[in-house]
Amino acid sequence: MKILILGAGQVGRTAAYHLSREPANEVTVVDTSEDALRDLQDRMDVRAVAGYASYPNVLESAGIADTDVLVALTSSDEVNMMACEIAYTLYRTPTKIARIRASEYTSRAPLFTEGALAVDFWISPEQLVTDYISRLLSYPGALQVVDFADGRVQLVGVRARRDGLLVGRELRTLREHLPDIEARIAAIYRNDRLVRPGGDTVVEENDEIFFVAASDDLRRVMAELRRSEAPVRRLVIAGGGHIGFRLAQALEKSNQVKLIERDTRRARHISETLENTIVLAGDAADEELLVEENIDSADVFAALTNSEEANVLSAMLAKRLGARRVMALINRPSYGELMENHSIDIVISPQTITIGALLAHVRRGDVVRVHSLRRGSAEAIEAVVHDSQGRSALVGRRLEQIALPQGASIVAMVRAEKVLMAHHDTVIEPEDHLIIFLSDRRHVEAVERLFQSEP
Amino acid sequence: MRSLIGVLNIFGSLLTWFALYFLLPILAGLIYGEFASLRGFFIGGAVAVLLGLGLRALTRRYRYDLKARDAYLLVSVSWLAIAAVATIPLLVDMRGLSFTRAYFETMSGLSTTGATVIQGLDQIPRSLVLWRAALSWLGGMGIIVLAVAILPMLGVGGMQLYRAGAPGTVKDAKLAPRITETARVLGLVYAGLTLACMLALWGAGMSPFDALCHAFTTLSLGGFSTHDANIAYFHSPLIEFILALFMLVAALNFSTHFIALRRGDFSCYRRDPEARWTLLLVLVSCLIITAFLVATHLYADGFKAFRYGAFNVVSLATGGGFFSTDFSAWPIFAPTWMLFLSSLCANTGSTGSGIKMFRALILFKQPLREMFTLVHPQAVSPLKIARQVVPNGVVYAVLAFLFLYFLTIVGLTFALLLSGLDLTSSLSAIVACINNVGPGLGRVGPSHTYAGLNDFQIWVCTAGMFLGRIEIITFAVVLTPAFWRK
Repeated sequence: MKILILGAGQVGRTAAYHLSREPANEVTVVDTSEDALRDLQDRMDVRAVAGYASYPNVLESAGIADTDVLVALTSSDEVNMMACEIAYTLYRTPTKIARIRASEYTSRAPLFTEGALAVDFWISPEQLVTDYISRLLSYPGALQVVDFADGRVQLVGVRARRDGLLVGRELRTLREHLPDIEARIAAIYRNDRLVRPGGDTVVEENDEIFFVAASDDLRRVMAELRRSEAPVRRLVIAGGGHIGFRLAQALEKSNQVKLIERDTRRARHISETLENTIVLAGDAADEELLVEENIDSADVFAALTNSEEANVLSAMLAKRLGARRVMALINRPSYGELMENHSIDIVISPQTITIGALLAHVRRGDVVRVHSLRRGSAEAIEAVVHDSQGRSALVGRRLEQIALPQGASIVAMVRAEKVLMAHHDTVIEPEDHLIIFLSDRRHVEAVERLFQSEP
Repeated sequence: MRSLIGVLNIFGSLLTWFALYFLLPILAGLIYGEFASLRGFFIGGAVAVLLGLGLRALTRRYRYDLKARDAYLLVSVSWLAIAAVATIPLLVDMRGLSFTRAYFETMSGLSTTGATVIQGLDQIPRSLVLWRAALSWLGGMGIIVLAVAILPMLGVGGMQLYRAGAPGTVKDAKLAPRITETARVLGLVYAGLTLACMLALWGAGMSPFDALCHAFTTLSLGGFSTHDANIAYFHSPLIEFILALFMLVAALNFSTHFIALRRGDFSCYRRDPEARWTLLLVLVSCLIITAFLVATHLYADGFKAFRYGAFNVVSLATGGGFFSTDFSAWPIFAPTWMLFLSSLCANTGSTGSGIKMFRALILFKQPLREMFTLVHPQAVSPLKIARQVVPNGVVYAVLAFLFLYFLTIVGLTFALLLSGLDLTSSLSAIVACINNVGPGLGRVGPSHTYAGLNDFQIWVCTAGMFLGRIEIITFAVVLTPAFWRK
């Protein structure tokens, strides 16, 4: 597949990295900065074209004419939309994805319908990250919570603690503990190694466990793995950028939110826009400020500034000063691995979150949702089974009959609004949504192929 | 001095137009066959025309473009001088009424106060009764235009919040792109609501004449009645209900009415913080006073207590000033609370007066903000009303207004005390005058009127009504040397 990425910023680079790793893709990146492009080419196998992303001649030299997917990820919403519009008008590019940050645009759905703007899908990284964090906050204790089938099923990552009921027992006892709940353990990571879960696997303390369950049952399953925590009430956000601001806006009605912003003018602007948030002008790493604002009684401290080093430091400081849980926005996977589970409870990687949403649109087959897990090393996919003239490799088969690649497992399915957990004898029907956990991303294509009807 | 001459030129035209207003009572006089009492109106009209044209002719050579600040002078001069010209029919047709008292009466009308020194209303010519109500209506019209078009422009007491283009508490406060158009539209809403009120009162059993006069003084929140017994004369809960309803309407911002009527969408009242708080405060007060009246055994049954309690609360809180019973005879808590409400409950852009709800909200939120900053020293906490930020400049202006407001009340109350009036009467008279309510307590209560005061006391009250009506600062600024310095 030929993919054209506009913009080599953080999101553009990550997209290029992930997409170029799949051998079937040919990726071209356009950016105005030649330095950024050179750096990009040094690191990954992509073509680079320097120029202004919405100019037709630049697009042409980047090969727009036979591009399958255009992904406009520059920092300007307007350039992104314009590039999609031009690609459609002049070259009839089949799939056009634009990053649109301003909710002033995205809140008007008619703009993105047929015959309006030529943007097939829009993604807003800030919004995705904000949603992700608010979902995490509503399940205190979870490391990662991702939605499938419009939120009917969720995949949750949790670290097992000694006070969980299931810890120290075999997995099959879960059924005895929760006889009325359907849940399935998808994967267990012990010391960063995958342990294939079976009925006799014993859960140990500090295991990182991924399980799927219907959204209503999540809390009870989580209680099996660690004592349930009190819901988040008091939240301190460091950094009033796009993400911090949106998060405060989304949560200020239901929670007590304090937001620390260093820039006085930005702080003023935020305080004028938000209703119930306490906006503090100051440095998030200022110990006195944190103590004065009762950091020790904060349920969650979220460091969401643009600087990951500052996030790491202020989150560590907040943790030491007594914040119950701290999270930090960290882009570099290596930093994330260093920090998570040591001094910082949850590392939020905006790239992983964004790339999942992007991949769902780029992927072939009938993949409707992709979530990167564990900083991109694992993946969870939701795909629809279509039965075109009875040639599907899946319809009518029992799950145990399906040859999945190494490290992949079907963990749950959604059939006509109903959530079913995967059992070896479940028979697949057309239009089922399958949720697949992949511990190794390299096998993504093999899984995708399964869903394509054989020619 | 040049600005005074320029102001007089404009005032001349205003006076010429005002002359037409004398036709209204003349018409009434002709209908009721009171030919004898029409003399005063003809003389008054003639004086107004001649004076107006004369002023224009005399000042024509000195014509110069008015600056924004000359509006202060124009507003003060207009209110004072028109009230003076309006006394002519009273002086001519009512034997024994001194200029002091006649001026009090016309100023009471033009300032939409409704305090009166005339006893025996049922005996005096209809044309004069209509004249009082009509003056009140004109004053109401004047204040709406003033509040929407002129005071925001001048930024009096924080009113710049409503200035065109500035982020206002009511987002659509600017109704039309030009001031004249805005004023016209609001005038139409005012006239339309008056007509609706008149028809409702007529339908509820008032004579057409009474209905017209009461509609005039209801929408303007004046409170002049056509009878000495005021609303008690009608013995009708329905009429009381209609009056209370329209008084509440008149106490809300007419821009909000306009938006509600044009869009047919009444949710804008909920979004208008002033309307919300005013209605809530009035409602709660009605219930408290009703409970109080029942508890003190003044009224045996709850319905009666509510009927009298609620009507008089609404009437005083909004600054209307009608009364359906002698509320000053109630235990002191009730009427004092009602008078207290009158300083808060009127909204900007209404015909009411006093501190106004939007200033009250700012005054209430400012100390909260101070306390918040004590707890969170590094917090950024802008003062907001209905999600709109109120700039600090506005807060200061409102604080300055509040100081002048209290200074005026205290000063004038001392003036009355000096003249020998008791404290209750003095304070309530001044509060009732500054807030343009009308009846006070004690010797100026509903059953006494202001007729018992001596000339000095009458002048003090007249000053109170005038100052309250034009928001004190508008006049105070004219008195500053800086205003006259070249």
